[in-house]
Amino acid sequence: MALKLSDYKTDVHNDWCPGCGDFGIVNAIQMALAELNIPRDKAAIFSGIGCSGKTSHFINVYGVHTLHGRVLPFAQGAKIANPEMTIVAAGGDGDGLGIGAGHFVAAGRRDVDMTYIIFDNGVYGLTKGQASPTLRLGEQTKSLASPNTNYNVNPIGLAVTSGFTFIARGYSYDIKHLKDLIKAAIRHKGLAFLDVLQPCPTYNDINTRDWYAGVDMAEEAQKRHSRIYKLEDTEFEPTVHFNEESELNEKLSQALIKSLEWGDKIPIGIFYKNELISRYGERLTDRIPNFLENPPAKQRISSNGKPITNVSKLLDSFEV
Amino acid sequence: MSTDITWLIGGPQGSGVETGANIFSRVCAEMGYQVFGKREFYSNIKGEHSYFAVRVADKKIHSNLNEVTVMVSFDAETIFRHYDEVMSGGALIYDSDLEKTGTDDVHSLDQIFKSRLHKKLEAKNKPFTISGVLEMAKENGVNLYPVSFRDILSKLAEEAGDPKLKALIRMFNVIGVSLSLGLLKMPSDFLFKSIENIFSKKPKIAEINKQAANHSYNFATAKFNDFNYSLPGTKKEPHTLLVQGHLGTAIGKLVCGCRFQPYYPITPASDESVFLEQNQILEVDGDRPGSIAVIQTEDEISAIGMMIGGALTGTRSATCTSGPGFSLMTEALGWAGINEVPIVITLYQRSGPSTGLPTRHGQDDLLFAINSSHGEFPKIVYASGDIEESFYDTCSCFNYSDVFQVPVIHMMDKFMSSSVVTCKRFDPTKVTIDRGKLLEKIDGNDYKRFAFTDDGISPRSKLGLENGVFWNTGDESDEYGHISEDPLERIKMMDKRMSRLELIIKKIPQEEQLVSFGIHDYTIISWGSTKGPIIDALEMLKKENIDIGFVQFKLLHPFPTDYTKSLLKDAKTIIDIEANYTAQLSQIFKQNLGRDVDYFILKYTGRAMTSTEIYDSLKKIIENKANKREILTHGA
Repeated sequence: MALKLSDYKTDVHNDWCPGCGDFGIVNAIQMALAELNIPRDKAAIFSGIGCSGKTSHFINVYGVHTLHGRVLPFAQGAKIANPEMTIVAAGGDGDGLGIGAGHFVAAGRRDVDMTYIIFDNGVYGLTKGQASPTLRLGEQTKSLASPNTNYNVNPIGLAVTSGFTFIARGYSYDIKHLKDLIKAAIRHKGLAFLDVLQPCPTYNDINTRDWYAGVDMAEEAQKRHSRIYKLEDTEFEPTVHFNEESELNEKLSQALIKSLEWGDKIPIGIFYKNELISRYGERLTDRIPNFLENPPAKQRISSNGKPITNVSKLLDSFEV
Repeated sequence: MSTDITWLIGGPQGSGVETGANIFSRVCAEMGYQVFGKREFYSNIKGEHSYFAVRVADKKIHSNLNEVTVMVSFDAETIFRHYDEVMSGGALIYDSDLEKTGTDDVHSLDQIFKSRLHKKLEAKNKPFTISGVLEMAKENGVNLYPVSFRDILSKLAEEAGDPKLKALIRMFNVIGVSLSLGLLKMPSDFLFKSIENIFSKKPKIAEINKQAANHSYNFATAKFNDFNYSLPGTKKEPHTLLVQGHLGTAIGKLVCGCRFQPYYPITPASDESVFLEQNQILEVDGDRPGSIAVIQTEDEISAIGMMIGGALTGTRSATCTSGPGFSLMTEALGWAGINEVPIVITLYQRSGPSTGLPTRHGQDDLLFAINSSHGEFPKIVYASGDIEESFYDTCSCFNYSDVFQVPVIHMMDKFMSSSVVTCKRFDPTKVTIDRGKLLEKIDGNDYKRFAFTDDGISPRSKLGLENGVFWNTGDESDEYGHISEDPLERIKMMDKRMSRLELIIKKIPQEEQLVSFGIHDYTIISWGSTKGPIIDALEMLKKENIDIGFVQFKLLHPFPTDYTKSLLKDAKTIIDIEANYTAQLSQIFKQNLGRDVDYFILKYTGRAMTSTEIYDSLKKIIENKANKREILTHGA
């Protein structure tokens, strides 16, 4: 039976600020799940801590609201133990690129088949607007006592150099485009990363909805009605087509260069996609041939309360 | 006459001390002896001093003694550090080429040790050389057996017609072991068998080593025939294993169905994970092969996060770590607590604080484990006393975590992990698997993961189960798992979770909570690996018609207060024995029973206790000559 969009919504009261970009992301996730017709009990949303951490409570599939910065370890553990699950991890930019940056890099290297969405708004909203890792050097958002003293992390660039195999950016007020990106990310067999630009109407008074819309810009740009443009509307080709170092390097470096564009022109869409390298699950089958058919969560371990794992040979090898 | 000897081998790390000790231990075990071996080493890859003391007896033994019967050394440092441990009438086999070596020639001898040694040598007017310490040993009644290890290699090379063998100093360990066997009049066939076994994957190396062994063994039997101790062999107990410390918990995990172990490398815990990965494919009765996924993570925070993720899918999941790693895990431990996720953390303690003595023993982390993570939530802290026990306890820990839906911290330590012992073959048929209220099927569409129930435990769904959708959060939640800050709901949820502490005490059988080895006027309380040396010390005292009681605590949190109180009502003097400074068990004991401990026997040198030391201290206590805190110091 096909599921409706409403089946993926919970009746939990949403306490995000009016106009928050997070709403668009939750809607897009729900729409993507519905359009992919993923059964509710075969999907799990893992989330970190912060405003975005509440995401899992608003979506009517398994929801695991974890710890600050730790969403990726929790999510990867679940996916490795039960590869049948569709797993979407979600968290803020502080969560994923500040306290959780080590996990971000390690997860990229591992490339477990799931989707990771960063709600990227440049501030720590729930603790009243401190600078997040994506806020640019020298910028002073509303509640900062003085301009930001740190250089910003480039989320797309970090993903490119960490081994992610699907790297994209969305904009939370372009829900349809974002929904399509999430669908592509979920379908991707590997770790997909989505950096979602998401204005914080309460604390980020620089990268506002109007700013992204380009209302402050000159006449010419205003014709575009936005700073944001879509990579798919350009010649940019993100996909790695053949498994050669030159091709790989070209696609990685163009993604990196593209990720540096900011200011008057901000690209969204898919920056990099590589479906040619082996996935973590497959790498595990090199060690454990039947891993994917008989993963940890599917294994029988007892019969009538007695263990059925036979360690006789192992014990024999230690017997004297 | 009963046999009970201690053999010690030492040398630089990376020179094959462990292999030598494994060969010796295996030979003794094959000959029917009980073996208790303990390895000591520095936090270093190559060059620093390491040694292995193997006690061999024809009765069950559980610990080391202070005195060494036979010491074999192929480097100078071992002689400098251990010469005074060899007993009167014992033997010291050493490389005669080292006699002129001075303390300053050994760069790995630290200044602190050197000045202590120099003082001793000065007092006896001896030179600061190997000859000097050997003279001291001789004056102590030690028999010296000088052998030029290089000569043995040269003669071997000559015999084999292969001059390259002359330079094979890698074989000094096998030469040392073989000389010992010759000295102790042990049959050589077991030696060759044991070498074959240890080098089973390298037949060429096995062959050369066998030649060296044969040559050295014959050398010793021809020349050393005035030694009073021998190991002729004894009746072998059927179904005896020779195992290293981490195998109890590792094989326990395989048997009880742990299928997921994320971990981050740390001494002395990672041996367990490495072993599990080496044996990751599992034979399963009546089913296709199973497996355990052992995942090396980026840090311990990730290890516990992944473990929790795995556990949420219904997979029995665990990790294995030591103090510093466990420190990093504590935030997520609280998350598992509030979300009632069954996980097992095997905690191989070492000496802290911070990096502390990273390769040395300690029982420093009991109170830390009990109080780990902020906030209040139920957890179980459970301690094993020896390797055999740790197999069964591991299986129990998984049952506890499933049945009570709480995290379990299984306390192990470095002493156990680097011991090599004979023990009874683990018996998987004695193990039961109880998954508690884990659901395989759910009807209807109003499942509540944290439903209020009579016993405070909710039926548990798992990720992927139809109709079983739930929410988890580190926030306080309602029955569905959605965030709730309602004050009255908070009370109900706290009461629900915390009621488990009482339930645990009620439901876990008393014999699994603590083990009583008898109660007397003087009774010892202790926990963990001190069990072995305590039992052996009590045995020694019994021979002198001195009876001392002993209660080994296994369930340390929640604490079995009432049972302990009733058990110890007739014990007049309580002696607490622990490998830490603050006598942590005594603190819980006092807190729960309101009773003071009378004496403490404590050790925090990073070296495990010997039964000799405990015996000596207990004697002092009985003779009313002891300090309130007896601090033990034995061991290099």
